[in-house]
Amino acid sequence: MANGESEVGADAPAGGFVQLLTPDGERVDSVTTADGMTYSVDFTDDEYKELYRDLVTVRRLDAEATALQRQGELGIWASLLGQEAAQVGSGRALRKQDMAFPTYREHGVLYTRGIDPIMPFGLFRGVDQGGWDPNEFKFNTYTIVIGSQTLHATGYAMGITMDGKIGNGDGEAVIAYFGDGATSQGDVNEAFVWSGVFNAPIVFFCQNNQYAISEPLERQTRIPLYRRAAGYGFPGIRIDGNDVLASYAVTRAALDQARNGQGPSLIEAYTYRMGAHTSSDDPTRYRIASEVESWKAKDPILRMKSFLTKQQIADDAFLGEVDETAKTLALDLRERVLAMPDPQPVTMFDNVYPHGSPEIDAQRAEFERYHASFEGSAN
Amino acid sequence: MAETITLGKALNHGLRRSLEDDPKVVIMGEDVGKLGGVFRITDGLQKDFGEDRVIDTPLAESGIVGTAIGLAIRGYRPVCEIQFDGFVFPAYNQIVAQVAKMFYRSLGNVRLPIVIRIPFGGGIGAVEHHSESPEALFAHIPGLKVVTCASPADAYTMIRQAVASDDPIVFFEPKRRYWEKGEVDLDADLAGAFPLHQARVVKAGTDATILAYGPMVRTAVEAATAAAEDGRNLEVIDLRTLSPLDMTTVYASVRRTGRAIVVHEAPGNLGLGSELAARITEECFYSLEAPVLRVTGYDIPYPAARVEEEYLPDLDRVLDAVDRSFGW
Repeated sequence: MANGESEVGADAPAGGFVQLLTPDGERVDSVTTADGMTYSVDFTDDEYKELYRDLVTVRRLDAEATALQRQGELGIWASLLGQEAAQVGSGRALRKQDMAFPTYREHGVLYTRGIDPIMPFGLFRGVDQGGWDPNEFKFNTYTIVIGSQTLHATGYAMGITMDGKIGNGDGEAVIAYFGDGATSQGDVNEAFVWSGVFNAPIVFFCQNNQYAISEPLERQTRIPLYRRAAGYGFPGIRIDGNDVLASYAVTRAALDQARNGQGPSLIEAYTYRMGAHTSSDDPTRYRIASEVESWKAKDPILRMKSFLTKQQIADDAFLGEVDETAKTLALDLRERVLAMPDPQPVTMFDNVYPHGSPEIDAQRAEFERYHASFEGSAN
Repeated sequence: MAETITLGKALNHGLRRSLEDDPKVVIMGEDVGKLGGVFRITDGLQKDFGEDRVIDTPLAESGIVGTAIGLAIRGYRPVCEIQFDGFVFPAYNQIVAQVAKMFYRSLGNVRLPIVIRIPFGGGIGAVEHHSESPEALFAHIPGLKVVTCASPADAYTMIRQAVASDDPIVFFEPKRRYWEKGEVDLDADLAGAFPLHQARVVKAGTDATILAYGPMVRTAVEAATAAAEDGRNLEVIDLRTLSPLDMTTVYASVRRTGRAIVVHEAPGNLGLGSELAARITEECFYSLEAPVLRVTGYDIPYPAARVEEEYLPDLDRVLDAVDRSFGW
């Protein structure tokens, strides 16, 4: 077996993956991989319940966003449906000082960072381009060009080393999110090279949701993605991406290795995009219903619910309250999205250069003069 | 203390000063460390500032610029060296889609004070991809600023100003002028220095305005000297800043002289000359005695070295354009 391989895992692809919670909701105490790493979690009942709440909440918020798009209130939406466990587990594994570099689909990670879920809606509603201060939230702006952010994350991680914020448990680490399609991009491969060469404190977290819009995994790779890491000289490991516990345990260990100065690693979260690539996509053209059905049986929320119920950690009252609270959050989100004001057109001239620009000021003034010339006219 | 040094050495001194002045400044690129860069612009800097501040990178231009973005988000001020003009294109996506747009996208929250140095232009007898002039491809992109120096004194000051600027700046260096010497005041402060984004009249004149930048400034000045023998007093402007263009200086000159000739190595089609001609025509129409003329490279890929002298604008082609302007 190559490094990071695990023979265990119900419904695992060839080569196995790390799984701590089976699709039937059975806990696996711990998993030891071929390179001797042992993964487990030690959660209290309340912590299990909060993970469940996260999963339900991010799915409910996502569903609300999908509905808003269908109702014409968002220009587009990139749904995370099916990927909740990968995102919640890895997001909760981050320590406060860690920095995340998302794609445009990491709404679940964003939520686990304690960020108001409305933050990315400016982008999807077309109110702005998705702006916030990455350093305030320890969460970079969404990046749309596939794979570009992996290099930004690598540079940021190099900066951590240069700042001396590495080498112990208080050190900082970076997580870079991307998908299976991105692994074909030159930038992602360059990020792997750079991180290896500079021993950067970074975890590459690939959500392999099996499709890059319409193209299946076989169009991106002829080996399992996690095994690519070996070629760059750092560990690669595959996890059951629908298992929030495995996602948490493996990401936490990888981040801690990074912050301790042991360099980069790659995690392939083996999951499935239950919905379309975005609201503009039609997956019925390229994948069959039975495939989707088979993944429904591996649903990340159902297995957690099954576990909580079987272990008598949660009762119906709790499960009902979680649903209700999530619904309230979603309806609140809906109201606030609908209340987002359209930007004043003249603001399009803002924030081109840090210290302004006489040329753009002149164009802004001309724009205002032109529009003012219509005032009072009968249209 | 004023010293007579080459343009390349002036850049080296300027980078050294930048590294001294701000601990957040880092230099990154291929061969910039022990070798000092293929043109030796970073010569000796790694030895004095260490491998963390003068970073020999893997051979991947997108990686150089992409990781510079992450370092800048972290608070660093990276100076990236792209080894040759024709090698910048692997990084073009990161420059155009990320560097240029990050401040705008982030609603003003993320500044990327990155300098991307690119040796540009021909005239050194090089093979393909080593003699190009891609400045218009960057000047066209909102969010970037683009400058180029033409003298050792400007090289020393402008590189320091670029590094100190909060804007992302593409800094084009006229590679065939790296070895030309001039007097540089190495003790000069940036405070009170000639502004980075301002054109400079390098030779005052009254009869026509020659607009040039980078390697063509010297050619333009030589043309002006030759024209003087024919009794024509040409004004030569070194544009220095290609985005934004300093049109105030240009308009003032053209309104006085009534004639404008733009000179650049890059192909003429949609080059800087096109924009200059359009804007001069819009603003100075009634002052013009002749159309704005362009002396440029031809609209072909950069040719083989043994014919490049026929491709590049030279003194005679500039004088020919001057004749055409006066013959209008």
